Amino acid sequence: MKLTEHEEAMLAGEMGVPRQRALEHQIKVGRFFDAADMVEIAHVHIMADTESLGEAGVAFLEDIAAYPEADRRTLVPTVTDPRGADFNAYKRLKQQEDWIGLERRTIDAFQALDVLMTDTCINYQIVIPPVLGEHVAFGDTGSSIYTNSVLGARTNFEGGPSALAAALTGRTPRYGFHLDACRRGTAHFVLEDRPRDWADWGAAGGIIGREMSSYWHVPVIDGVDGAPTSDELKHFGAALASFGSTPLFHMIGVTPEAPTLQSVFDGAVPEPRRITRADIDAFYESYRPADDTLDVVVFAAPQLSLFELQRLGHLLDGRKVHEKTTLLAATAPEIKKSADRMGITKKIEASGGVLLEGVCFYNMHAREIGEANGWRRLMSNSAKIVNILGGYGYEPMLAPMERCVDSAVAGRIV
Amino acid sequence: MADTIIKGHVGIGPTVSGPALVAHDNFSARYDLDRIAGVFSRPGHKLFGESYLGKVLVLNIAKGGVATAWMLHEMADRDRAPLALLLNYANPIMAQGAAHADFPLIDRFDTDITAKIKNGDRVTVDPAAGTVTIHDAG
Repeated sequence: MKLTEHEEAMLAGEMGVPRQRALEHQIKVGRFFDAADMVEIAHVHIMADTESLGEAGVAFLEDIAAYPEADRRTLVPTVTDPRGADFNAYKRLKQQEDWIGLERRTIDAFQALDVLMTDTCINYQIVIPPVLGEHVAFGDTGSSIYTNSVLGARTNFEGGPSALAAALTGRTPRYGFHLDACRRGTAHFVLEDRPRDWADWGAAGGIIGREMSSYWHVPVIDGVDGAPTSDELKHFGAALASFGSTPLFHMIGVTPEAPTLQSVFDGAVPEPRRITRADIDAFYESYRPADDTLDVVVFAAPQLSLFELQRLGHLLDGRKVHEKTTLLAATAPEIKKSADRMGITKKIEASGGVLLEGVCFYNMHAREIGEANGWRRLMSNSAKIVNILGGYGYEPMLAPMERCVDSAVAGRIV
Repeated sequence: MADTIIKGHVGIGPTVSGPALVAHDNFSARYDLDRIAGVFSRPGHKLFGESYLGKVLVLNIAKGGVATAWMLHEMADRDRAPLALLLNYANPIMAQGAAHADFPLIDRFDTDITAKIKNGDRVTVDPAAGTVTIHDAG
């Protein structure tokens, strides 16, 4: 890889050991993907929940945090993805105390690095949305796909160690979706029937994601007449990225790099795969449970926006969640404060629902809290969470928010 | 029969040898594994119920989220990582996780790696050379 004089000095250790090690890590990754050089970035989003970090990962962060301030401070604004515990709710969820200790150590280490503890996966909605053409290093699949696709900024999936490296060096290897050539369409889909709600948009994303044959494939979606909302595109993108490991989609007439079909394909436009209402219905059907037992209803993954929480508050207002069922919703700390102030939290909590902040459920040791609380049958309007939790011992079911709430109130799937 | 050498892209991590665990399915540490028990735990996965400990995992592509970038290091620290990972196509998360953990990873072979290597084959993975050697069973 071609390095600048500044980067050579960093690699030689002239800017301290943490930056030197970070650049060494980035060069390994850059060589793996044949990156020609590095690209400067001005914004990092880092995923570092303690379930993924474990003791080894936390110790790694603490090692960096022990260096002098000049060596350890991030060079660009760096915001965090959801943590693994909400300190106000972990006892109710029966999370183990030793996990909470890991959380506190992680926060201390990050704060020593000057990382901004936003604890959110919807930073593109509520913190600072990147702009068209901006290079960033984002480390959540949902934030990456939204940022690449809807905003037209440029990022690869930067997992925790690489996002941290980018924060310490202010750059990232220039490969993949930083390059024009990688951002061209490779597959063509037509949405014949417009998805009706957030769960439908997630289902559509899941259907396309299942058809993606690697990270490098870029689906192009046509047939969407009129712009979807930010929350609709959030559910679509999060599911597409989760089912497909896909970091970019183009939606003709909607996303900024895709004014026309011809503009996103090199050469002839491939024949489309047409997605109909029947496909979306079949996607729901693929998660149909054997009976109507219901243990837990979860609204998360991605965290809920203020608009989604408002809707949830309306749906729960004056009703009671059944004693046999738990209802959880997760949002960002800043949105939780807004929801508190605007009376939304009160509606959710008065019904018996729990509004979590700074977490996203599946990264909260979902297997262990499921076992501790006796949760097996789970209902959600998030296609992403339904996809993830099958591997965690749950029987997940996908349904629109209204049906999820009606079921939570009835104590069984209705 | 002689050993068979398969060429891929130059990878990451040290050279290792061991038995292969193969399926034409995809891979994410968070979505697919019980990382305490060391087995595949996703019911729909073709390796569901199989232990991956001490095995060279041979799968199709990287799927799912970003957690594997931290998890490979965490799993290796508890001796709960597979021996190596061979994929037709990795994604950045697998490469970043391998770089962080110094874990053997190779992808982009000149053939479908999940068809070429059979379950139980003894293989040597040499990431610096970007090669996998299938040792002659005879």
